[in-house]
Amino acid sequence: MQQVSTITKSTEPISTSRMSRRFQDRLVVFLFLLPALILFLIFVIYPIFHSVYYSMFDWNGLGKATDFVGLQNFQTILNDKVFIKAVGNVLLLIVMSLGIQLPLAMMLAVLVGRDLPGRGFFRTIFFLPYVLAEVNVGVMWLLLYNADPDRGFINAILVQLGAEPVAWMGNMKVVLIAVFITLTWKFFGFHMLLYLAGLQNIPKEIEEAATIDGANGFQSFVNITLPLLGSPIRTSVYMSVLGSIQQFILVWIMTHGGPVNASETMATYMYRFGFVRFQLGYGSAVAIYMFIFCLIFSLIYNYFTQKPDYLTGL
Amino acid sequence: MATTTTTFAPISNKLRRMMPRFFQYLVLTVVMIVIFVPLVILIFGSLKTTGMMYSHPYTFPNPPHWDNITYILGTDVFWRMLQNSIFVMLGTTAGVVFVCGLAAFVFARMDFRGKNWLFNLFNMGLMFPINVAILPVYFVLRQMNDMGIHMIDTLLGVIMVQLAFQISGNVVILRGFFTAIPAELQDAAYIDGCNAFDFFWRILLPLARPALSAVGALTMIVSWNDLLVPLVILNNDKLWTLPLGTMQFQGQYGSDLALISAFVLLSSIPTIIFYMFAERQIVSGLTAGALKG
Repeated sequence: MQQVSTITKSTEPISTSRMSRRFQDRLVVFLFLLPALILFLIFVIYPIFHSVYYSMFDWNGLGKATDFVGLQNFQTILNDKVFIKAVGNVLLLIVMSLGIQLPLAMMLAVLVGRDLPGRGFFRTIFFLPYVLAEVNVGVMWLLLYNADPDRGFINAILVQLGAEPVAWMGNMKVVLIAVFITLTWKFFGFHMLLYLAGLQNIPKEIEEAATIDGANGFQSFVNITLPLLGSPIRTSVYMSVLGSIQQFILVWIMTHGGPVNASETMATYMYRFGFVRFQLGYGSAVAIYMFIFCLIFSLIYNYFTQKPDYLTGL
Repeated sequence: MATTTTTFAPISNKLRRMMPRFFQYLVLTVVMIVIFVPLVILIFGSLKTTGMMYSHPYTFPNPPHWDNITYILGTDVFWRMLQNSIFVMLGTTAGVVFVCGLAAFVFARMDFRGKNWLFNLFNMGLMFPINVAILPVYFVLRQMNDMGIHMIDTLLGVIMVQLAFQISGNVVILRGFFTAIPAELQDAAYIDGCNAFDFFWRILLPLARPALSAVGALTMIVSWNDLLVPLVILNNDKLWTLPLGTMQFQGQYGSDLALISAFVLLSSIPTIIFYMFAERQIVSGLTAGALKG
């Protein structure tokens, strides 16, 4: 493409047919981008700015928004203990995902490895929960978590082992952990899949060479395999953090954010104010806080993942 | 002594080689059981009467009791939801493949002023997932409704919103695939008198079929499983999709665990069947983005 255009520039004056070629190219660019651009501007970009406007009103969605309150919504949110709790829960979900879920996925990916007979079979099974609808997963786990050991499988096992049954969905201390277990059940296969694909790209010979040089399995994993998996790890961290910030469906199905807001996330908080209580101005302000969270995370992520140019030569 | 070492040495060597394998299979099997337990209990539950569900909640249903399943399959409600889900899924997927295919081609293969800037704009969409943007999007839909474009309480509205929020990710994935197609092909086509559109239509699209089917399969899953967009947009229960219906069904029949199990099982089966056929496409779509990032 570039070659073609440099030729036209360097040779004799542009002929009419080449003019039309250039015009055709412009037309293709314009027409091909148009549908994506229109949809993207109407449904993604415009709503963001639109919600900035509404976030400064006290508005219940009926009629026009007239009750201008400035930045008061933003202040009220920060003073609401429930919102702070929701942010804390999201941060906790992020920490648990990065600290438990992703290492677990990595461990399993290494266990499945490159050449284990039955590799494809395990991958298929482990990835299955990811494709199931979150609603269905939530309802399935609600059955398992039933507080009554005569009905809930998990408590039945606990009782068999001689422990006390736990009210998983009703106990403020354990509810978030219970939700996290369900999240892990659903999503570890996705992260494992990314790591497996990355492992496939690392030539076996590199690790063999390290073994010959006297590295043990753990050393060669930490010093060779892990750095070479940089790209899938970065992706899975990104997906995991963004997924935690916006976690809604599983929490809503399983706990509605309860009991007493113990499993509230920012998304359930926004949904509650926007679509249950119809405080649309307030809800918009929550949405903007969530945008800011996503933005800050993306900036931090970019800062750490894009090596400065002078390092790439090393 | 010497004889024992010679006879035992190979065996112990073999054992030492076998041990890691054994350990690997042991751990993987345990994980597999953990994956299956919720599914198996769901299947058992769906084949029980409500009474059996309370007396023997997690045992094999003996004898299996098909009434819940036939009851659900015998109502219009389930089939209508299935129909709505299929309609939305096909609409969103066709839209994503069409819209993202065109845009990704331009970003991968054409040069124009502001290309990087525009590509970064689309990339920004990755930072704002639909769950974060749902309330602002709802305002816009209401505005469009006021203008006479019916987006609320229509399946078209669900399709448009799902489609718009699938653009960013899929343009990035498809652009990666399209860039991998050798530049020489394009030069040759241009020398032979193709214009950009001919090249796209006659050469790139046939070559990109695996990429498009990967993106299509992935979008089908996302659209099929989506709850939030239908939940916010659809009030009319005649328009409910399967996940939305499942949620409402759970609220309505909260205490009838056997019936709920049957409903969840039935609404999971299409996904599982689809997954068995399209696993390769789904996996290649997901990993394509990750390995280049």
